[in-house]
Amino acid sequence: MTHTLAVLVENNPGVLARVAGLFSRRGFNIDSLAVGRTEDPSVSRMTIVVEGDDRYLEQVNKQLHKLVDVIKISDITRDAYVDRELVLIKVHADASKRAEIMQLVDIFRARIVDVGLKTLTVEITGNEGKIDAFEDSLRPFGIKELVRTGKIAMLRGTKSSSKNNSQKEGDVN
Amino acid sequence: MCANKLSGAQILLKSLQAEGVDTIFGYPGGQALPIYDALYDSDIRHILTRHEQGAAHAADGYARATGKPGVCLATSGPGATNLVTGIANAYMDSVPLVAVTGQVSQSLLGRDSFQEADITGITMPITKHNYLVKDTSELAQIVKEAFHIATTGRPGPVLIDIPRDVSAGTADYNGREEMNLPGYQPVLDGDPRQVLKAAEAIAGSERPLIYAGGGVVISGAHDELLRLAEMLMAPVCATLMGLGGFPGNHPLSLGMLGMHGTKYANFAVCDCDLLIAVGARFDDRVTGKLETFASMAKIIHIDIDPAEIGKNVRVDIPIVGDVKRVLNQLLEALQPRLGEAWRDKILAWKKEYPMSHCDHGKLKPQTVISEIYNLTRGDARIATDVGQHQMWTAQYYSFTKPRSLISSGGLGAMGYGLPAAIGVQVGCPGETVFDIAGDGSIQMNIQELCTAVNYELPINVAIINNGYLGMVRQWQELFYNRRYSHSELLNPDFVKLAEAYGAEGIRVTKKSELVPALEQAIRSSKPVMLDFVVDREDNVMPMVPPGESLDRMLG
Ligand SMILES: Cc1ncc(C[n+]2csc(CCOP(=O)(O)OP(=O)(O)O)c2C)c(N)n1
Ligand SMILES: [Mg+2]
Repeated sequence: MTHTLAVLVENNPGVLARVAGLFSRRGFNIDSLAVGRTEDPSVSRMTIVVEGDDRYLEQVNKQLHKLVDVIKISDITRDAYVDRELVLIKVHADASKRAEIMQLVDIFRARIVDVGLKTLTVEITGNEGKIDAFEDSLRPFGIKELVRTGKIAMLRGTKSSSKNNSQKEGDVN
Repeated sequence: MCANKLSGAQILLKSLQAEGVDTIFGYPGGQALPIYDALYDSDIRHILTRHEQGAAHAADGYARATGKPGVCLATSGPGATNLVTGIANAYMDSVPLVAVTGQVSQSLLGRDSFQEADITGITMPITKHNYLVKDTSELAQIVKEAFHIATTGRPGPVLIDIPRDVSAGTADYNGREEMNLPGYQPVLDGDPRQVLKAAEAIAGSERPLIYAGGGVVISGAHDELLRLAEMLMAPVCATLMGLGGFPGNHPLSLGMLGMHGTKYANFAVCDCDLLIAVGARFDDRVTGKLETFASMAKIIHIDIDPAEIGKNVRVDIPIVGDVKRVLNQLLEALQPRLGEAWRDKILAWKKEYPMSHCDHGKLKPQTVISEIYNLTRGDARIATDVGQHQMWTAQYYSFTKPRSLISSGGLGAMGYGLPAAIGVQVGCPGETVFDIAGDGSIQMNIQELCTAVNYELPINVAIINNGYLGMVRQWQELFYNRRYSHSELLNPDFVKLAEAYGAEGIRVTKKSELVPALEQAIRSSKPVMLDFVVDREDNVMPMVPPGESLDRMLG
């Protein structure tokens, strides 16, 4: 099962290396990891997507907790949340194909952000399913370059995974 | 400079003293010179080892013996990388160690400058936490946090890397720094509901067995463990790190379990219906084949580190917390129980499969170790190196007190014994300290004999000299068709070597010389190196072959 973790970390140098190093040496696989500042400049938030069964996730969770720089971990997988990913795609676009591509852009509510001699660069945000579908539909034209930010996620409604909400979650007995 | 401004180096030393540090182990070099200059005027005792690895191991031995954090100090680059084995060793065995390293000035960082090594990067996976200090004004707070992290929760090593401009720079120091560790809150008390569940499971069990690890020793829970065992009439087996956490000469003691455990301990694990794991982590050297480990038993696991729970073995009743506190909670919830049938079964195993060795002919390693036990009445502090001699020490020296065995368990680092014994003797002046060493291992940090002589530390180094990397030879004999590939040793004359260093050297080749030599060594006020020339091809038995079930023991 795919899990989405919202991880609050102290915004210290090396914190990304600590988290990444932990995943690699314990043999945990990261599907995606996005990191950036939060409402509190001393705190960064990582959205980590990992694949594994419950026992595996329990180890991931507990090992992450052991990092002193990790303040709080919420596995939001089973809660209602919104998630987004931003993708830039540079696609081959001869004059003859441009109209067709622009139609697809419209359908998917994507945006053209740059126009080259033989290419178009398109931006799309959305959840994974939408982005995958868009990528598939552009592939026949020839994708020259593609970059994804990785998923970021937030709980719906008033619930939050931010620092002032609660302290580091107690150990799971 | 205004009155309350101090140099970074001075702040470091004052902060160390504020943590109660009076002794450190180290080795100087360029980027550590500001610190060494401040040490010149300080009350802190500095022990100059002959290698930074020696400093790290000595600080570790000091910490294990005293329960206080050990501190080591090295310069940047090669000094720092020489600490790495010692730091990894402390990490694996949860030893509170604070390692301080010099670093090149920040203006030179990241440019492959002379003697620059990214020691915070290198030690990330082998420290509980580490710091690169960026400003002199942060130093006092960082030292405070480092000691807090190293000594609380599950203890471990913390490294502080101090660029030269930080130690040479100045800042205010008032000694009233606040820690800021929002992500660090170890859980100490067990969840009462879990404690209750454990008490119920214990009440319902017929054949409970306690499996005691290093956590018992670290949390100082030996009295509680003794009360628990006696109250439940439950036998106790221990890991290498747990030896001494329960008196080895107690009728309920089964000695060590696992690969080189006693037969009765391993039979008990296979036969128990309830396993109470206390401060232990189900290491593969302990469990053997996981699928068959305690397969008839419910498992209660008490540990301060939540990540240990369920890591290797599925646990029925986990209790996260400090072992001493949780045992006290448990003792309150429990009723004494009688378990005569189980006890009698264990006693019968003990009778049928005692630990024994042949004692004719050549001098036997087990005889040497038994005699060290007899002469010290179990009162000595025993450091070991790694190999057969280490396992024989675990088997034939009956550890009755916590912190009396000082051994590299998780990492199994040859070369640990001698510097560790030095740290132990520094921390426990007036006590009898032995390093039971192998002829291979001793040569990995032999230079520290000079440190012992230099600081007049009357340690006793007992080399179990079998002319082999014995543990390697044993595996080659058993699993590689006696093809002794590169495991035979050509050794120096250890007696002459001892004398060259200014220590005493004694060679023992016959059983009749054993006791007089040991008595002479214990009496001597100098460091003594004893060269016990023993039977060359003796094996550590019993032995569970790697990956086998605990009841499939050889020997
Ligand atoms: C630093 C290090 N290198 C290699 C090993 C692998 N190893 C484990 S035991 C052993 C042999 C130790 O020989 P010795 O010190 O003579 O002890 P003995 O087994 O003969 O008692 C070796 C090489 C190790 N544990 N540590
Ligand atoms: Mg040997």
